Amino acid sequence: MTFLNRFAGLRLYAVLFVIFIYGPVLLLPLFSLDTGLYPTFPLKGLTLQHYAEMAANTSMIEALKNSLTVAVIVSALSTTVSIPAALALSRYRLPGAAAVLGFMSLPLLIPSIVIAVALLIILLKFLGVALSLWTVGAGHVLICIPFCMSVLMSRLEGFDPSLEEASRDLGCTGWQTFWRLTLPLAMPGVISSLLMGFVVSFDEFVIAFFLSGTQTTLPIFLFSQLRFPDKLPGVLALGSLILAGSAVLVVLAELLRRRGAKSANPGDI
Amino acid sequence: MAGYGLLSPALLIMVAMLALPIAALVLLSFWRQSGYTLDTTLTGANYARIFGLSDSPTVWMGIPFYLAYPVPVILLIKSLMMSLTATVTVIPLAYPMAYFIAFRVRSGKSIWILLLTIPFWTSYLLRVFAWKIMLGYTGAINSGLMALGIIHHPLDALLYNSGAVTVVLAHSWVSFAVLPIYVSLEKIDRSLLEAASDLGDTRWQRFRRITLPLSMPGVIAAALMVFIPTVGDYVTPTLIGGSGGSMVGNLIQDLFMKRNNAPMGAAVAIVMMAVIALIALLFVWLTGYHKMRARRR
Repeated sequence: MTFLNRFAGLRLYAVLFVIFIYGPVLLLPLFSLDTGLYPTFPLKGLTLQHYAEMAANTSMIEALKNSLTVAVIVSALSTTVSIPAALALSRYRLPGAAAVLGFMSLPLLIPSIVIAVALLIILLKFLGVALSLWTVGAGHVLICIPFCMSVLMSRLEGFDPSLEEASRDLGCTGWQTFWRLTLPLAMPGVISSLLMGFVVSFDEFVIAFFLSGTQTTLPIFLFSQLRFPDKLPGVLALGSLILAGSAVLVVLAELLRRRGAKSANPGDI
Repeated sequence: MAGYGLLSPALLIMVAMLALPIAALVLLSFWRQSGYTLDTTLTGANYARIFGLSDSPTVWMGIPFYLAYPVPVILLIKSLMMSLTATVTVIPLAYPMAYFIAFRVRSGKSIWILLLTIPFWTSYLLRVFAWKIMLGYTGAINSGLMALGIIHHPLDALLYNSGAVTVVLAHSWVSFAVLPIYVSLEKIDRSLLEAASDLGDTRWQRFRRITLPLSMPGVIAAALMVFIPTVGDYVTPTLIGGSGGSMVGNLIQDLFMKRNNAPMGAAVAIVMMAVIALIALLFVWLTGYHKMRARRR
């Protein structure tokens, strides 16, 4: 009986914990559907009007386009360079591999404001490059690579390397083995890495805030709107959509990666 | 060698966009801004200014600081205290959650883990902004409590202070602290727990003598994972802190963008990173984390 109580107690704690984690963020969609101008209780009435207003906002559409462009290019580029790197670290016994891996995970530990100002000064003071969406993209590639690497490495370590040996024994060149065997098998990880890279870049604020010129990305647009109280309902609507979109992509990426990692049959994609 | 060939594109990008910019930041911190021009003769003047002494103290929190330009040091200490408070709050909150997933969930562990990782991938800006909506003068808490008739005037101490920033930092990071603790709990050999019970340990003794010590690597990793990135956070103190709850990240931004003193900003950033690294290393050394990891191999 005490065991049951203990079990129930911990389970209750876990449920409360998850509610605590998600509670504040769920206020965004809640108030975005309210007719009131300010996010206050009691709620006044249900409306989709804020969503319609936001969709008609041309500078929002512009920022959305910019964010999509940057995120697509960044995620493709980060994944492309991370595939060979992840292969190298999971297939070869490289001297200094631990140091390389440590160096590559540094962007996760260094505060993004430091990364942002460091990139800002090398671009402006040393290279004389004007700020644009390209510089934002460059900064985002840097922070996406560690995420892409970890997703890809977990997938590559999940399938049997003897398949690759077999392929070579059967006369395939290294390049053929990669195209015909490794890449198709790693595909769930690759797609998952593309999705993760996209989400990281799409949601990133601090680096974009420092490195963007006149063209803004969606998080910067959101931040600029926060100063105007009358823009708040629109911000709530846009924020809710961004949150929902990111959550869907992340769940999709995780499901793909898990399915890859746990599959008993390595050919099953 | 083929391995390094495969590694090189990613590594080159990382060197070009991380190592070189940080090196440039270090170099810049030894230059000086004079008006609108950058004086590129090497000098330690920025660091000398940060640590330069003065006879008349600036009192902060009852502590006198005998510094001529006390802002960076005081803000850094304040940021460290706030991050430390957040870290110390987060660990005991995360531990039972990790314990639950590791020992109590039979099927569907991955669903719980997924629930805890989703916030990590969703916009940090929006998650912090949600707290602003909650804590604001006319925000959800105030209006909710007034609608319920519990209070009659809005509480104005909810937002724009360092306490609020610390709460939001703890909330933002608590779910990520669960993961390393969970991993270390999951690795514990269950037969050790059975042995302890067979030898007459009560549940509590077993937890204190087996489970807790063996999960310490995870606890330490979780503490570092929360402490290191929060000291230099920019979004939370900007949205939640206002002027009362600003942190060292705000000062760096201010020096670079508004005060046009990038070299001083660079020096503050370098001092901040050095202090964080020093504290992290000291913590790892004091707790014997490296020994624990060596033993596990």
